[in-house]
Amino acid sequence: MRETSVQPTFHDAVIELVHGAGGKASRRLIEGLFLPLLANPALIPLEDAAIMSIEGLRLALTTDAFVVKPLRFPGGSIGELAVNGTVNDLAVSGARPLGLLAAFIVEAGLPSEVLRAEAEALAQAARRAGVSVVGGDTKVVEHGKADGLYIVTAGIGLVDPRAELGVHRVRPGDRILISGPIGDHGITVLLARGELDLEADLVSDTRPLTPFVETLLEAASPGLHWMRDPTRGGVATALNELARDARVAITLAEEAIPVRDAVRGACELLGLDPLYIANEGQLLAVVDPAWADTALAALQRVPGGEQAACIGEVQEQPAGVVIVSTQYGGQRVIDMLVGDPLPRIC
Amino acid sequence: MRYVDELRDPRLIRAVAAEIARLVDPDRHYRIMEVCGGHTHAIYRHGLTELLPPNIELIHGPGCPVCVLPMGRIDDGLALAEQPDVIFTAFGDMMRVPGRRGTPLEYRARGADIRMVYSPLDALKLAQAHPDKHVVFFAIGFETTAPATALTLMKAKALGIRNFSVFCNHVLIVPAIRAILDSPDMRLDGFIGPGHVSTVIGCRPYLFVARDYGKPLVVSGFEPLDILQSILMILRQLAEGRAEVENQYSRVVPWNGNRAALAAMAEVFELRPYFEWRGLGFISQSALKISEAYADWDAERRFDVPGVRVTDPKAAQCGEVLKGVLKPAQCKLFGRECTPEHPIGALMVSNEGACAAYYHYVHRLAAAGRDD
Repeated sequence: MRETSVQPTFHDAVIELVHGAGGKASRRLIEGLFLPLLANPALIPLEDAAIMSIEGLRLALTTDAFVVKPLRFPGGSIGELAVNGTVNDLAVSGARPLGLLAAFIVEAGLPSEVLRAEAEALAQAARRAGVSVVGGDTKVVEHGKADGLYIVTAGIGLVDPRAELGVHRVRPGDRILISGPIGDHGITVLLARGELDLEADLVSDTRPLTPFVETLLEAASPGLHWMRDPTRGGVATALNELARDARVAITLAEEAIPVRDAVRGACELLGLDPLYIANEGQLLAVVDPAWADTALAALQRVPGGEQAACIGEVQEQPAGVVIVSTQYGGQRVIDMLVGDPLPRIC
Repeated sequence: MRYVDELRDPRLIRAVAAEIARLVDPDRHYRIMEVCGGHTHAIYRHGLTELLPPNIELIHGPGCPVCVLPMGRIDDGLALAEQPDVIFTAFGDMMRVPGRRGTPLEYRARGADIRMVYSPLDALKLAQAHPDKHVVFFAIGFETTAPATALTLMKAKALGIRNFSVFCNHVLIVPAIRAILDSPDMRLDGFIGPGHVSTVIGCRPYLFVARDYGKPLVVSGFEPLDILQSILMILRQLAEGRAEVENQYSRVVPWNGNRAALAAMAEVFELRPYFEWRGLGFISQSALKISEAYADWDAERRFDVPGVRVTDPKAAQCGEVLKGVLKPAQCKLFGRECTPEHPIGALMVSNEGACAAYYHYVHRLAAAGRDD
């Protein structure tokens, strides 16, 4: 369990972009500024969704703000992300989504067509995920203030009675599974900004993870220990948080990690590491070794899960560290992301 | 993936590693410097040190242009970024490098118009698109990136684009290697020579390393197999008592360099009499400035650049690490005051800096109680 300090430990004078990048600085902000002020049993685990028990039912609550440039990119758009992101935070908490709220922050001057297109994308994504948008809010801010459109969604879900998830269940020997190739979303958006003269046959992986989660719960719930959708900061950041919170080591086998050639190629050119690139439709799961084969086979049966793979395992030592073994026996530590990954040129 | 997978073939890599192990003299300690930050990064990323016998020590050299740029030059650049009606452009590499009052990203968050570009030509395009603004390009890098800056300036002049200038911080690799060789506490056995720089300058400029200092230098590619093969070539030279410049990266590097790129550099740049390197101090004729013929596009002439000098804290031992006298973790500040989030010394600044690479890839493992 996380140690909770009641003393604020965040002393940075100004909020910088890095505090929102999902890496170390974000963590310091949340744990040093918000957590001491708001600490309560549902918040303290800092999971993707908060679990509240109400009259014997376990409810999962979550919210997420979406700021993405450009608003549309190959394979998706902000409206679709806004649904899938929140649905996925519920899903990886073992919850079936019951309803969503959506707030739109619109920059004055945005063509109505753009807003309509995003509302349609949102509606369609909600239908696909089998969830209703049951309320919302709209604010319009001055021209030049909100990059066209920001969307905030919140979701509520009912935790499956078979789901018993959390860092406390993660044990040495557990296997790490991923539902498919990593880095598609982050690289797609980077290329869609059009600043790089690079083109690739690549689309965002944005999708609801509910089919994966339901299949896993059906096939392997007793062995299912922890789940996460590795969005900002990528697989590296999600697993670093796990290693830290569960006080375990995680070792990954580099050659086992599925990465499309287009993503690998772009990363090689730009000096980026796919492990740090955002995903919007991948599931990381930690599974008891006795259930790993069953769970992996189940993931691979889900349409879109054909490339699911076992990429590593949990070990006792060195606690708090994520290590990648290269295919020729070298090792490197995968630290948490410091800020948004920036391309290297010189 | 072609051109990558072949050079990461575990079978071949194990074979070269075995050949290296066979060749080393167990009674000798080898200190080999990889000059280029790209090599440092690749060595850590692929865990190559673990494939080497323990008596081969890799020393991380000065070839990270972001790391060796003094903080004062960053402050100078950021002073330009704060001028009215200026769009300040830089490579992604620079965006997180701190000046005294913050990084370019932080200046941008506070309102300066700072944009990341992927090529100086993109900065020139910005100037064409914003005739009411002045676009400054913060040029950094060794001979690798200098030709692109040169071509951009030639294009700006040819097209008569007046609202564009370059803040030139290009540096040269050979004077830095010479400075390290001349350093009294130098104790190196050979060099893994720069790859990207050599695509431009070729291999001949390194001949003095073998001739005058008796050290082998092998120009190397960046894949695991390249680096291991280069180490093997250095060991062979040492075993046979040779000191030569050899080209492992011949699939990319021509022996005589790239004439067109060198001609562009000669057209646009001239040598600065001296330039300050972070961690190494002033080195004569080690950097480029924009020549008289291109003075109109030289940000240092167009603007009143403050000429800030910031000395690194005395406790930071960057120079010793750069010269191979200390390992990153032996510096008093490493991992305590000086971290990638709050870099104090040059080598913690960029991912390619020796200290940052060591911190990211090795330090936490060691800190958690395992040897590296």
